[in-house]
Amino acid sequence: MQNIIDQFANIIRAAAGCKAPLRICGGGSKEFYGNRIVGQNIDMLDITTYSGIVDYEPTELVVTARTGTRLADLEAELYKHRQMLAFEPPHFGSAATLGGCVATGLSGPRRASVGAVRDFVLGVRMLDGRGDDLRFGGQVMKNVAGYDISRLMTGSMGTLGLLLEVSLKVLPLPPMEMTLSLQMKEAEAIEKMNLWAGKPLPISATCFCNDALTLRLSGAEAAVRAAHAKLGGEEVAEGAAFWQSVREQTHIFFQPGKSLWRLSIKSTAPPLSLLGQQLIEWGGALRWLISDAEVGTETVRVAAKTASGHATLFRSGESSAAAFHPLAPEMMNIHRCLKEKFDPMGILNPGRMYPGL
Amino acid sequence: MHPLELVTNLRAFLPAEAVLYESEDLKPYECDGLSAYRQTPMIVALPQTEDEVIRILRICHTSKTPVVARGAGTGLSGGALPHPAGVLLSLAKLKRILEVDPVARTALVQPGVRNLAISEAAAPYGLYYAPDPSSQIACSIGGNVAENSGGVHCLKYGLTVHNILKLRVVTMAGESLEIGSASLDAPGYDLLALMTGSEGMLGIVTEIIVKLTPSPEKAQVVMAAFDDIRKAGNAVANVIGAGIIPAGMEMMDKIATRAVEEYVHVGYNLEAAAILLCEADGTAEEVADEIRRIDKIMRESGAIEIRTSRDETERLRFWAGRKAAFPAAGRVSPDYYCMDGTIPRKNLARVLGGIEKLSTEYGLRCMNVFHAGDGNLHPLILYDANLPGELEKTEEFGVKILEMCIEAGGTITGEHGVGIEKINQMCSQFSSGELKIFHAVKAAFDPEGLLNPGKAVPTLRRCAEHGAMHVHSGEEKFPELPRF
Ligand SMILES: Cc1cc2nc3c(=O)[nH]c(=O)nc-3n(C[C@H](O)[C@H](O)[C@H](O)COP(=O)(O)OP(=O)(O)OC[C@H]3O[C@@H](n4cnc5c(N)ncnc54)[C@H](O)[C@@H]3O)c2cc1C
Repeated sequence: MQNIIDQFANIIRAAAGCKAPLRICGGGSKEFYGNRIVGQNIDMLDITTYSGIVDYEPTELVVTARTGTRLADLEAELYKHRQMLAFEPPHFGSAATLGGCVATGLSGPRRASVGAVRDFVLGVRMLDGRGDDLRFGGQVMKNVAGYDISRLMTGSMGTLGLLLEVSLKVLPLPPMEMTLSLQMKEAEAIEKMNLWAGKPLPISATCFCNDALTLRLSGAEAAVRAAHAKLGGEEVAEGAAFWQSVREQTHIFFQPGKSLWRLSIKSTAPPLSLLGQQLIEWGGALRWLISDAEVGTETVRVAAKTASGHATLFRSGESSAAAFHPLAPEMMNIHRCLKEKFDPMGILNPGRMYPGL
Repeated sequence: MHPLELVTNLRAFLPAEAVLYESEDLKPYECDGLSAYRQTPMIVALPQTEDEVIRILRICHTSKTPVVARGAGTGLSGGALPHPAGVLLSLAKLKRILEVDPVARTALVQPGVRNLAISEAAAPYGLYYAPDPSSQIACSIGGNVAENSGGVHCLKYGLTVHNILKLRVVTMAGESLEIGSASLDAPGYDLLALMTGSEGMLGIVTEIIVKLTPSPEKAQVVMAAFDDIRKAGNAVANVIGAGIIPAGMEMMDKIATRAVEEYVHVGYNLEAAAILLCEADGTAEEVADEIRRIDKIMRESGAIEIRTSRDETERLRFWAGRKAAFPAAGRVSPDYYCMDGTIPRKNLARVLGGIEKLSTEYGLRCMNVFHAGDGNLHPLILYDANLPGELEKTEEFGVKILEMCIEAGGTITGEHGVGIEKINQMCSQFSSGELKIFHAVKAAFDPEGLLNPGKAVPTLRRCAEHGAMHVHSGEEKFPELPRF
């Protein structure tokens, strides 16, 4: 396996030598996400050859795997020991890799109750833009030696380094899950989701769409039953399939071909009046907006900002140059400085996140 | 800039009592919780608003004066140790809770607010701030952010980094940044994570939005005694292997148990080699279910005695000993030195055995109280600073423990930070390439290196002089030699 790393390092050094951009690529399942890489003669750096679990001890609640590992394979291995990646990362295709999951930093339905990818990342091994092999963090839950580079790498879209291995905290599968459906209007749903999140209830996921609030309860059987009695609502028979469709965006709401906006805002923000349809997750903190092109970028960004958040053009018909919410100039400065230090020649996924990064 | 000129410039906008420079006024600031290191600063500044923080930093930036931030000064690694030619910036007067939003379950607070004060303000809404360092009555939330502090309940509820949403930060150049957001994520790089645990090296935190957690309906604790520390270690693994994440899982060894029993009289088993405290919280149904399972696992793991708290008073009593471990150490020994390494749990017995050997070798007693659930050790080395050479011996013992933690695949600090204390051991844990990245991060925020100089990340030169060999986690330097 070391020879593969040496190969990667050589590719990076060669690219740095002639300032030729590299496109880091896993399974390609999240190719649509983010901006197009900028530059001429872009070479692809395929990480899928660097795969496999390096270390997994269920009683340590930690797994370390190479980033070319298919997410499905990793989850299957955890499942054998009744454990899971609790942040429920979306795959968006069977080829999805661990590297793509961590680099995009996307989390699924359980995010509001347990945390995001970044909350579970414990350590990384990576190559920076000079091809140097570096390790940060580790395989332990608590570690404050040095700055938290592992979490900085999470969600950085491959612009700061090539992830080689990632150590993640894993959690036991809940003994029981139950999905409930309640009929109500949007404003009431937002109110209820926030109210219930403030109570000691085992709610592990929420989704509002088409005047129906769907909830998932996870935990000990007695606790789940007691919560059902408190909350009311109809039990949904195919609960797992429903959450899978939300996580993978195969739910009917996510019609392909239209622009899909992701608005990450304060959970208590009242219903947003924007052209198009919306689906709400994460207890009100995540609003998906499907619309035809007529809803202006500026309008969506302002709406998100007003609600103390930000908006991402998650999927769009044509490839965009500005998927992510613009940063304040002083924040952009810090981003540029970091990029320059990690990748001095600017060859790793340039422009994928922001112009100049 | 001449000290008096700096004082004049600061007093132009700060009241006289907020700019200290007479030596008797400086004295209280000469050390933090790591009192073996002392240094009086040139000046102490006590701003009351973010605007004042900005103005102080701009003046220091222009005059190239080093600045060291200080919260409550409870840090255990010398992070807030002053710089002799610098300004000690105390955030203690920024102590207002600006807003509690019970519906969104957040609180907007200033950095000088005490950790426990947040939970007290949230209590009327059935909410609390989850990370609970043992120092929570005193330590500040700004210090918690700077150290990524944890506590007994972090196994289930996470560390500081998992429980904050947004920071306002002022850079050394006096520029304010908004990092993170009131929503669950923010665009761009995760600078919120980068700031958390950065030990006052990157910027001054002036405002924090913390997440609040619903108070559990019920909590109950199982106290299990074992005649062998390995059995206790296995019990920890067995609980987690059974799919239980306890709200807290703490261990005390025999010396610790005896010391705290003398102090709090809880009725701990004094013959036990190790005591485990394992807490379940949640709804009444959940707790009943979990306690039943924990009890069974403890029995199967060979516990010689098991007691379950019958009510809230008893639960608090069981915990009282664990929480009083530090003062108890102070009673059985003139001085103690608290270490803070983390290891993979599976190596618990091996490392504890190693510590015991070292303890005999150095002729110094060592008591172990620690966060067993996440492998975070807190060996307390008992010594007497009045005996010549004993502090040096203690420090050497401590260094050996930390190196053992690295070799066991762990880290030199789980929650107390590197500060000045563990600066040399950073050379053992990280390669020069990795240290270069840390310096690069520092330079992105503070290119002149004026914030908390000399802390947290050693210069490459220092590592060369220290002569420490970099040990890769899990790989031993001389694998052919017998260990411990
Ligand atoms: C008895 C005792 C028990 C303890 N138990 C625990 C425990 O269980 N868990 C744990 O994690 N820790 C524990 N600690 C350590 C300590 O309490 C924590 O590290 C705490 O977070 C420090 O907070 P403070 O306000 O005292 O910070 P200080 O000691 O004043 O400062 C700590 C560091 O933070 C920086 N800093 C402070 N405020 C700011 C700011 N606003 N902006 C930028 N940088 C800042 C300082 O420069 C310094 O580097 C314990 C300490 C004691 C004495």
